[in-house]
Amino acid sequence: MWKPNLILVLAVGLLGCALAPPASVAQDGGVPQVGESFPDVKLPAPDDPAMRAYLGLGSDDFFTVNQVDADVVLVEIFSMYCPYCQREAPVVNEFYKVAQQKSKPGKTVKILGIGVGNSRFEVDVFRKKYQVPFPLIADGDYQVHKLLGQTRTPHFIAIKRSADGSRRVIYSQPGSFGEPQDFFEKLTADR
Amino acid sequence: MTKSKRMKRLACGVLATALLLAAPQGVWSVSEQFQGKIYQPGHLKPVDSVPVLKVGDPAPDFKLPSIQGPRVTLSQYRGKKNVVISFVPAAWTPVCSDQWPGYNIARDLFEAYDAVLLGITVDNLPTLHAWTREMGGVWFPVLSDFWPHGRVASKYGVFRSDGMTERAIFIIDKKGIIRYIDVHDINKRPPLEGIIQELQKIQGGS
Repeated sequence: MWKPNLILVLAVGLLGCALAPPASVAQDGGVPQVGESFPDVKLPAPDDPAMRAYLGLGSDDFFTVNQVDADVVLVEIFSMYCPYCQREAPVVNEFYKVAQQKSKPGKTVKILGIGVGNSRFEVDVFRKKYQVPFPLIADGDYQVHKLLGQTRTPHFIAIKRSADGSRRVIYSQPGSFGEPQDFFEKLTADR
Repeated sequence: MTKSKRMKRLACGVLATALLLAAPQGVWSVSEQFQGKIYQPGHLKPVDSVPVLKVGDPAPDFKLPSIQGPRVTLSQYRGKKNVVISFVPAAWTPVCSDQWPGYNIARDLFEAYDAVLLGITVDNLPTLHAWTREMGGVWFPVLSDFWPHGRVASKYGVFRSDGMTERAIFIIDKKGIIRYIDVHDINKRPPLEGIIQELQKIQGGS
């Protein structure tokens, strides 16, 4: 009668473990696409009270994108080390200005950046270099990046709040979003 | 072959496959800038060299060709500038392509501490030229340790058995003394603040 070989049993067990997706990947749905929801990942709230107020956050240490008080939230997945993000920074700053000027009740647009693989120090270098006026959050250990399918940077994701309070992605693209005024109109168009 | 031997061979094969699959996978962000041009080497042995230098040692001098034109010697900065050397393993790979472009926007930080940055790889000059052009150019000298292949990397104890260098940072003060060594896990980028904090210490006289 065949007796199980101990090494073989252990090896098969290890192979099973290796093939099973790790916990972080199991919940990884990839980068959210239009029509999908943005994952409820917890982000560290900004220290700056003005940035907290901009996002409509209370005193909690963490928040989710879906808690941001805006009808459309634009999330920029970026990195201080990304030349494309560096080149695009003035355009994104211009979008923030447009959004501040054109937002009105029922069509408020806010923006925040998530620096993937960036420490707080590195995010701060990017913020100072380009005088970024909106909140930038550090994702130093790539937790958010992994959850979003390790997309290339920059990647812009816009999430729209419906009348019933539910939120869905209405834009999800890597690279430039184009001209800020046009992009604002696109995000706030009735659909 | 006996049944026992066949079972052992099968077990070893399954075990090797399992270990390969269970190896940690690299996580890094790649800029849209590079599109599909970045080669994915997979997870590499974190460190694959033997240290030959330590903090407090005089930094070995070298003279290397740069993509900017003139050859650069380490000793030309003696008495004038602190020197940060960034060895990166290879052009057109994920972590390296996600390291120097960050230093590009930190020039004022290096200069605030009277430091110059030298980037070194074992790639040849044409490769380094094309790669850094794709980044949009860099402000610091990029040096080629291509021939004799890895001679400077060997002097600094960061030449790997696969012909690449480690991902390493050396900081050398104005007297030519090594003040900081970080032979980093090749699969990860050293945080910028590590370099800046060490430059602060040198500036502060500690």
